[in-house]
Amino acid sequence: MKTVKVYGPGCKRCETTEAMVKEAAQKLGLDVEVEKVTDQKSIAMAGVMSTPGIAVDGKLVHAGGVPDAVKLEGWLSA
Amino acid sequence: MTTETHDTSTPRGLPDWAWYACVPLAAIIWWALYNQLIPFSEWATSLFPVARNSHTGEAIVFFIYDVPKVLLLLTGIVFVTGVLRSWFSPEKTRAILAGKREILGYPLAALLGVFTPFCSCSSVPLFIGFVSAGIPLGVTFSFLIAGPLVGPVGLGLLYGLVGWQIATIYLVFGFTIATVAGFVLGRMGLERYLQDWVRELNAGPVGDLPEEQLTLVDRLKIGIDQVREIVGKVWIWVLVGIGIGAAIHGYVPEAMMLRIMGGEAWWSVPAAVVVGVPMYTNAAGVIPIVEALLGKGAALGTTLAFMMSVIALSLPEMIILKQVLTYRLIAIFIAVVSAGILATGFFFNIIL
Repeated sequence: MKTVKVYGPGCKRCETTEAMVKEAAQKLGLDVEVEKVTDQKSIAMAGVMSTPGIAVDGKLVHAGGVPDAVKLEGWLSA
Repeated sequence: MTTETHDTSTPRGLPDWAWYACVPLAAIIWWALYNQLIPFSEWATSLFPVARNSHTGEAIVFFIYDVPKVLLLLTGIVFVTGVLRSWFSPEKTRAILAGKREILGYPLAALLGVFTPFCSCSSVPLFIGFVSAGIPLGVTFSFLIAGPLVGPVGLGLLYGLVGWQIATIYLVFGFTIATVAGFVLGRMGLERYLQDWVRELNAGPVGDLPEEQLTLVDRLKIGIDQVREIVGKVWIWVLVGIGIGAAIHGYVPEAMMLRIMGGEAWWSVPAAVVVGVPMYTNAAGVIPIVEALLGKGAALGTTLAFMMSVIALSLPEMIILKQVLTYRLIAIFIAVVSAGILATGFFFNIIL
């Protein structure tokens, strides 16, 4: 069971990213819990300066845009 | 992480060679279209049953010529900027600024503000990320002012619609305002006017984000994504702006323009700022208006002041920043930036 956090205040790109994470998890058959973090303070404290950002099991892997689908699968299955 | 081969392009996307072929081809088509704008607009205007030199005729010509022109310019600028900006990130910018002496920080922050990819929806995390990394507040403000004020879209459109001279003046003065306003704000010791929770933040473990390796094709894709996102969002402002520009161009008498926005009317500079600050549009929407104003004889200083205050200070951004800044600090910020804009406006109205 992995926990994935998607950091973003709720812009369109953040929603796209969240959907992509869910889709990738389903495709890989992984049991993933996706948590969306929209609070600006929590986003900043996680070290994300450009949203959306993604953390897998507490480790920041990406920030600053909709991720590449292939790379996203790599992070999830790592 | 699984070992990846060098081929990281998405399976369903285009192969790399197609990108290398399509981008130059698109550039050639873009250039060809751009050179057909005048014949196209003349042909399209002739379809309307109005006299070419009537008020309505003038307005229609302006509109029909500017819409494809601005959209073409906008697409080109956003694509090129998107690709170039893929070499920059807020994280890299922060690392560069954090180690610098404060006095060097201001111009450097203004410069990086132009190149760092940055969406106003992440103003708050970016602000906190900078301040918590020990970057002085004033330097952070220089960065935040320069980003919108001397953005490539505004500069490129000014160049295309008004000419290189005014685009250069705008660049130099916009950059100076960002640098000097940041410096002044930095001298004022405003840290106590941050929101309490921001002041209490200790430099947290700021993300040591692994740098993603991007191929050239990845960067081109970023450019395309930017075009889709920004042009998709901004086109309506462009149409509204050109509509207003067309109305000014067709219907406003020059004598009236000279009286309201001419160089003789000293009060027109502050009036332009007062009108401009609450106006919310973006560079792409305001420059067709600037084009029409200058064409009708509005003074350069007044027009620059109007344009800068529309672009640099926007209410939605202030509302976002309200989460980290108190009202008092927001008011000081607006006052200092407006003072820089006023000075620019008066300067050009006096020397010209």
